[in-house]
Amino acid sequence: MSIELLTAMLASTAAAATPLVYAALGELVTERAGVLNLGVEGMMLVGAIAGFAVGLTSGSLLLGYLAAAGAGMALALIFALLTLQLQTNQVATGLALTLFGVGLSAFIGKAYTGQPIAALPPLSLPLLGELPVVGPLLFRFDALVYGAFVLFFAVQWFLSRTRTGLLLRAVGESPAVAHAIGHPVQRLRYAAVLFGGACSGIAGAYLSTALTPMWVEGLSAGRGWIALALVVFATWKPLRVLAGAYLFGGVTVLQLYAQGLGLHIPSEFLSMLPYLATIVVLVLICRDGRSILLNQPAWLGKSFRPEA
Amino acid sequence: MLRLERRAQPSRAMRVLAPLIAALLMFLTGLVIFTLLGKAPLAAFGVFFVKPLSSMYGLGELLVKTAPLLLCALGLAIGFRANVWNIGAEGQLVAGALAGSGVALAWGQTESAGVLPAMLLAGALGGMAWAAVPALLRTRFRTSEILTSLMLVYVAQLLLSYLVHGPWRDPDGFNFPQSRMFNDWELLPLLGEGTRAHLGAVFALVAALLSWFFTEKTYAGYRLQVAGLAPAAAAYAGFGEQRNVWLALLIGGACAGLAGIGEVAGPIGQLQPSVSPGYGFAAIIVAFVGRLHAAGIVLASLLMSLLYLGGEQAQIDLALPAAITGLFQGLLLFYLLAADAFVTWRIRRVRRA
Repeated sequence: MSIELLTAMLASTAAAATPLVYAALGELVTERAGVLNLGVEGMMLVGAIAGFAVGLTSGSLLLGYLAAAGAGMALALIFALLTLQLQTNQVATGLALTLFGVGLSAFIGKAYTGQPIAALPPLSLPLLGELPVVGPLLFRFDALVYGAFVLFFAVQWFLSRTRTGLLLRAVGESPAVAHAIGHPVQRLRYAAVLFGGACSGIAGAYLSTALTPMWVEGLSAGRGWIALALVVFATWKPLRVLAGAYLFGGVTVLQLYAQGLGLHIPSEFLSMLPYLATIVVLVLICRDGRSILLNQPAWLGKSFRPEA
Repeated sequence: MLRLERRAQPSRAMRVLAPLIAALLMFLTGLVIFTLLGKAPLAAFGVFFVKPLSSMYGLGELLVKTAPLLLCALGLAIGFRANVWNIGAEGQLVAGALAGSGVALAWGQTESAGVLPAMLLAGALGGMAWAAVPALLRTRFRTSEILTSLMLVYVAQLLLSYLVHGPWRDPDGFNFPQSRMFNDWELLPLLGEGTRAHLGAVFALVAALLSWFFTEKTYAGYRLQVAGLAPAAAAYAGFGEQRNVWLALLIGGACAGLAGIGEVAGPIGQLQPSVSPGYGFAAIIVAFVGRLHAAGIVLASLLMSLLYLGGEQAQIDLALPAAITGLFQGLLLFYLLAADAFVTWRIRRVRRA
């Protein structure tokens, strides 16, 4: 295999994996606090159009990403108000958030359909990028690809090494106990949901400004749901989220290269691969019920309201 | 200061009122949105919510869109009552459209009274087959039906795309990605002159009656309800969870599949790359707004159908994107969930100490 092909494959794997890493790590933190937000797809789409629209009109992708994170958080806030304050069913509210996000993004995005935007440029790392072989392989990605790894280390460190992170996990296991000891259960859950929203928004903006630099209705094509599946697949562990996302990125790339390799498979069947792969890995991980039972936050998806 | 407080008993009045409050809030938000978009709010409101209903043709269109929404929502509601979250009705709808169309295409051009019933049956079976996958995976491997049923939506849509671009493409169709037009005897009969309303609306109404009978009057329906309201009690009573999952998903799949073949053998008249503007997803909202109850779902599906018509009308008369429909759909469900909270909670004014 030539080095060019390897570089290209790695590049497209990273590009496909990056939005999944952001969305899934955000959802992981939310779920570790015991809140199941099925609205990832909706938050991604709204983040995608917010990032695209602001990036295009302001000319600054940084502002675009900030807007995307803000938009994702705004949607997450609606979810938090409903589920944490009014105790609505988390599954139904999450579905509502996705449906709302799909509608809202399509509505706002109508004016931006078909407009081109300058894609997120690769970082020009001095020296490292010039290295032979390793340079093009590892040091010519855009900032968000590296940011995903930074986010992974941050989440890993936060959940296992900080007091607040441990508290957050306690809240996900037993909010009643955490509340009785005097910890701010609601505040932590709000923060976790908002963090998830910001991450999903950024993931969405990556789709519309880097992966395919344009806006099309429903461009996330189920990636928000795949991110949700990744969290289950990873049994709520950040490292496995990262690995899983890259595995999925690899599957996506496979479909691009299978045709290049002369396999005569209709493109539709290749496009089915990520969805079928999601089902397969979910079955594989769920088949052994213990790993799910042992790792799933005990209070996931259930309401809790501290009675004052 | 205002504080939320748990009611001593769930409010019956709020249970009935919540969907109405939600619809009202959605209408009000509509006025605000129209104003923000620089349209005269009342005139725009009239275009969106009244004009579509002001002609015979418009009323027919209301039924055309109500039929698939109602069918899908009835099937989903049976599952939701038992905490079976089938959110892949859109995929089951497409699978039903594929299976039913497959029968028509395989039958060939010879006229026969048997084709249409065979198509409808195949449609329902196709939807069931598509829903059987999440049922099998949940009962055998404890895999969340939420994620699997949703993933299969994309698979079904891609399969449809493959078929209309490839093997099922009409050879005389100037290379357009669509099947041949169905013949008269392969189409659902129309209900009246001057409208596109077809027999599918009658099927949907019959399904509503059947669903009411099933949930209120049969033992199987009762078991599903107990499983949803009190899973522990259901387990103690020996109501098998597995059977509930299968039953809920198969009924949901059959309804959605029937809705799918009803679309291609109804208003569309052939297979196209897209056979539904998201009816399967909108049906989730319909089921909730209808309180998971047959009568409520009938009303909610009419409202949801109006939202689709209003979106189309607003696109023509006000140059607003038809996607505004999705916005209203999402808002409606949010408002409903919020209003629903007041079934168990109430707001009390408390004086600061």
